[in-house]
Amino acid sequence: MALGVFLIVAIVAVASALALVLRRNPIHGALFLVVNLGCVAVLYLLLGAEFLALAQVIIYAGAIMVLFVFAIMVLIPGKEETGPDPLRSQRLMAVPLGLFLLLEIALVLWGSRSGGGVGGAASLPQVGVRAGGIESVGRLLLGDYLFAFEVTSILLLAALVGVLTLAKRKSE
Amino acid sequence: MIRHVITAFVLLNAIVLIVTYLTYVERKFAARMQSRIGPYRVGRPHGWLQPIADALKLLIKEDIVPALADRPVYNLAPIVFLIPSFLIFATVPFAPGLGLADLNIGLLFFLAVSSLEIVGLFMGGWGSNNKYALLSAMRAVNQIISYEVPFVLTALIPVLLAGSLKLSLIVEAQRGLWFVAYPVIGQLAFVMFLLATIASENRVPFDILEAESELVAGFRVEYSGMKFALIQLAEYTHMFGVSCLGALLFLGGWLGPGLPGPVWFLLKALFIFLLVTWVRWSFVRIRVDQILGLSWKVLLPATLALLMATGFWVALRSGHVA
Amino acid sequence: MDAAVRPVAPLLVVAGTAFLLLVLDLLPPRGTKRHLGVVALAGVVAALLVTVVLWGREARAFSGMVVLDGFALFFDVVICYAAALVLLLSMDYCGRHGIESGEYYVLVLFSTLGMMLMAHAADLILIFLALELMSLSLYVLAGFFRWRLTGGESAMKYFLLGAFASGFFVYGVALIYGATGSTALERIAAAAGARPPGPLLVVGLGLLLVGFGFKISSVPFHMWAPDVYEGAPTSVAALIATGSKAAGFAALLRVLLSTFKVVQPDWTALLWGVAVLTMTVGNVVAIAQSNVKRMLAYSSVAHVGYVLVGVVAGGALGAGGVLFYLLVYTFTTVGAFGVILLLERGRQEAVNLDDYGGLAESHPVLALVLALFLLSLTGMPPTAGFAGKFYLFGAAVRSGYIWLAVIAVLNSAVAAYYYLRVIVYMYMRDREGVPTGAVPSFAGRLALGIALWGVLQLGVMPAPVLNLAQAAVAPLLR
Repeated sequence: MALGVFLIVAIVAVASALALVLRRNPIHGALFLVVNLGCVAVLYLLLGAEFLALAQVIIYAGAIMVLFVFAIMVLIPGKEETGPDPLRSQRLMAVPLGLFLLLEIALVLWGSRSGGGVGGAASLPQVGVRAGGIESVGRLLLGDYLFAFEVTSILLLAALVGVLTLAKRKSE
Repeated sequence: MIRHVITAFVLLNAIVLIVTYLTYVERKFAARMQSRIGPYRVGRPHGWLQPIADALKLLIKEDIVPALADRPVYNLAPIVFLIPSFLIFATVPFAPGLGLADLNIGLLFFLAVSSLEIVGLFMGGWGSNNKYALLSAMRAVNQIISYEVPFVLTALIPVLLAGSLKLSLIVEAQRGLWFVAYPVIGQLAFVMFLLATIASENRVPFDILEAESELVAGFRVEYSGMKFALIQLAEYTHMFGVSCLGALLFLGGWLGPGLPGPVWFLLKALFIFLLVTWVRWSFVRIRVDQILGLSWKVLLPATLALLMATGFWVALRSGHVA
Repeated sequence: MDAAVRPVAPLLVVAGTAFLLLVLDLLPPRGTKRHLGVVALAGVVAALLVTVVLWGREARAFSGMVVLDGFALFFDVVICYAAALVLLLSMDYCGRHGIESGEYYVLVLFSTLGMMLMAHAADLILIFLALELMSLSLYVLAGFFRWRLTGGESAMKYFLLGAFASGFFVYGVALIYGATGSTALERIAAAAGARPPGPLLVVGLGLLLVGFGFKISSVPFHMWAPDVYEGAPTSVAALIATGSKAAGFAALLRVLLSTFKVVQPDWTALLWGVAVLTMTVGNVVAIAQSNVKRMLAYSSVAHVGYVLVGVVAGGALGAGGVLFYLLVYTFTTVGAFGVILLLERGRQEAVNLDDYGGLAESHPVLALVLALFLLSLTGMPPTAGFAGKFYLFGAAVRSGYIWLAVIAVLNSAVAAYYYLRVIVYMYMRDREGVPTGAVPSFAGRLALGIALWGVLQLGVMPAPVLNLAQAAVAPLLR
């Protein structure tokens, strides 16, 4: 059951991510982003991280809407971006460079088969019994990561001050 | 599994029925406020078949798609708009044990899902390829994002008081005293919740996104027939859902003497719905800047302060603060 | 002082001052905001004093996320000096160009806070947050001339590329977490040392280096630097060139030296190449610049290359040399930007090379001061620049990176061309057209004086500070 759900959701997630990159209409791209983020939220749910999943939905629903507004204001959507590609030469270089990167990754993966195992992933730390549940997240945020939590608030304050500075009209 | 499917089916149909009749209630209520009679002719007594007739009429109307519309987006929008409005009922407990899934983080689920609605709304506004629809959608983004924050913050006050995000536990914590009856905190929170509710439902006086005098009908201006019906259904369902949430958070849900729990619950939800309707027919629309100003300059600081006060009070009560 | 708070005491002073400024900004007098600059300066100086008081102590706090050690304190000093000098330079400059506002000083303090936090952070999450705090403030500061096209370009470029680099950084953090199961530097080191490094760890570190590379503007992530320096207010350009780079190196050194010792050969080889590229590209392109701010931008890129030589050399000598050089570089660069900021030609900032023709005649003192700063950037003996380069390249030779040292010295010779060209303009050309004038500013001159003192003091007597720097890196090398 879980595996089946995972497979379906993962396929949809990857497909929507691809569509996001490949569609030229920015609004359609943003809509595919919604689908993609929703799928990721479901993946979180499958891992038992309910809080993370729902927080993701709440935050990204708002974030995507802002993206929409920006897309409309900045990109003049509806008209597909056409005309000569200003970066044609870079596009030609992309293929060999991409192949090179692929080769590199293959080499690294090949070389690492001798030791450490592919991925070399360590076991994740045990955070309580139900990691990702709202209680454990709360404990982490206000316990071990209290300082980072507070720094985040200062970061947001700085962003707020910055936005106001840039947005306000030249006074007097 | 099968049980869940059946429950969900029954629940969905019940909600559709209730919501259909909410429109009737609203029309009658509005009519009374304006010394009219309201729908009277279809069905006796008092035109009780009117909502059914409306639904049938919309069903058989022609479905028009504007020639230059962004077709897939335009066609999907009503569905994307509708699904979250129904999903929010997944965690609503109508009585102890009577509900689809009483999640541990029920309230969070409610907030997350209802925040998705804006996506459908925006798709409709964008897909119609109509300037009024687009303007309306842009306004909606402004407004809904602005009011999301105070809405969540007011909803958190009962959570603090109850010490849980599980909706049934929040209701149980009100056995004895409903949260709305808590001195000062309760009433203030309830009023703010109502304000945020009205704004998140885009109703008068916060209905700038469908201000008929400037934007014709807002984001749904191009929709007709069945799709229009779906949008309308979604709006009223959402309204009913938020009313239910208000009843759960502040009015003690199913708790009450004499009558069975679900009846109490529906009565309370109806009460909140009528309260909102009352506001709707009493006030005039306010300007965009006033709406945003109210959210960011008044509601947000006020709800934050109230949340802090509540937290302090809860700490005091539990003895964490000497 | 409470033991839990002590490790972050200098940070708290800066943060507290920033909050105080936000409130003071609302109070009269409304016309001028100069007093806010004074308050901000007082806060930074107070933080500097707290740092000195704390000197020599070691502590950890907040579940080991924040550390207090000689390394962090040394960088606190560097960053506080940079911030204080920039604040002094800003006071008159902002008023003159109509960008004086409470927010300016608040953002300078916030970015300073982020920089100091980067030096104190012992957890990748915290490093990221500090990085963002610093960068977000600087993005906005870079765009303070928002009615000018170049100002908008500056802020936009910095923001977009910076956000992109942050993405790389976070991705790296995620991969490292996947490989080691932790974001705390200590536990990463332990987990990485326990078994042969897997590809996940190496790729993660590579992505981290991309993020850092952007912040310190090493080639090939230096593209933003010239445009940002040109469009940003000159005082802000000075802060970006000094404080943010010092902070970037602080976090980079801590991560590389204390955490990724296991894969040292890997990153050393990588940084060897980056250092050579950075020096060479920076210096060669700087030759072609006729705008002094752009020239200094490319020169700062080149200097990042020199500092990377020290990182590659490693050990107490190399890392200590890096710390010392960053202090020297801070004094020198703020000084150079400071002189530019005080010069005006026809109501415009004097940023073109032509504006410096015959400056020695009309303003002999300023010309001499600028010449000294430029000589220090070149690496001429009586100035601090010489001492700094000497230690850096010496460390490279001792660690066996002879070729790297040779390339670095050759690069310094190339750099001499464009630094000396400005001096030639000042002393051997006649002025043409509208004369370049100096604006009166006591604060600005005070800043120049302090910077000049730093350059000469560190040039004549480098040993005491160098010893401090080498002692400061000792805890990382254990």
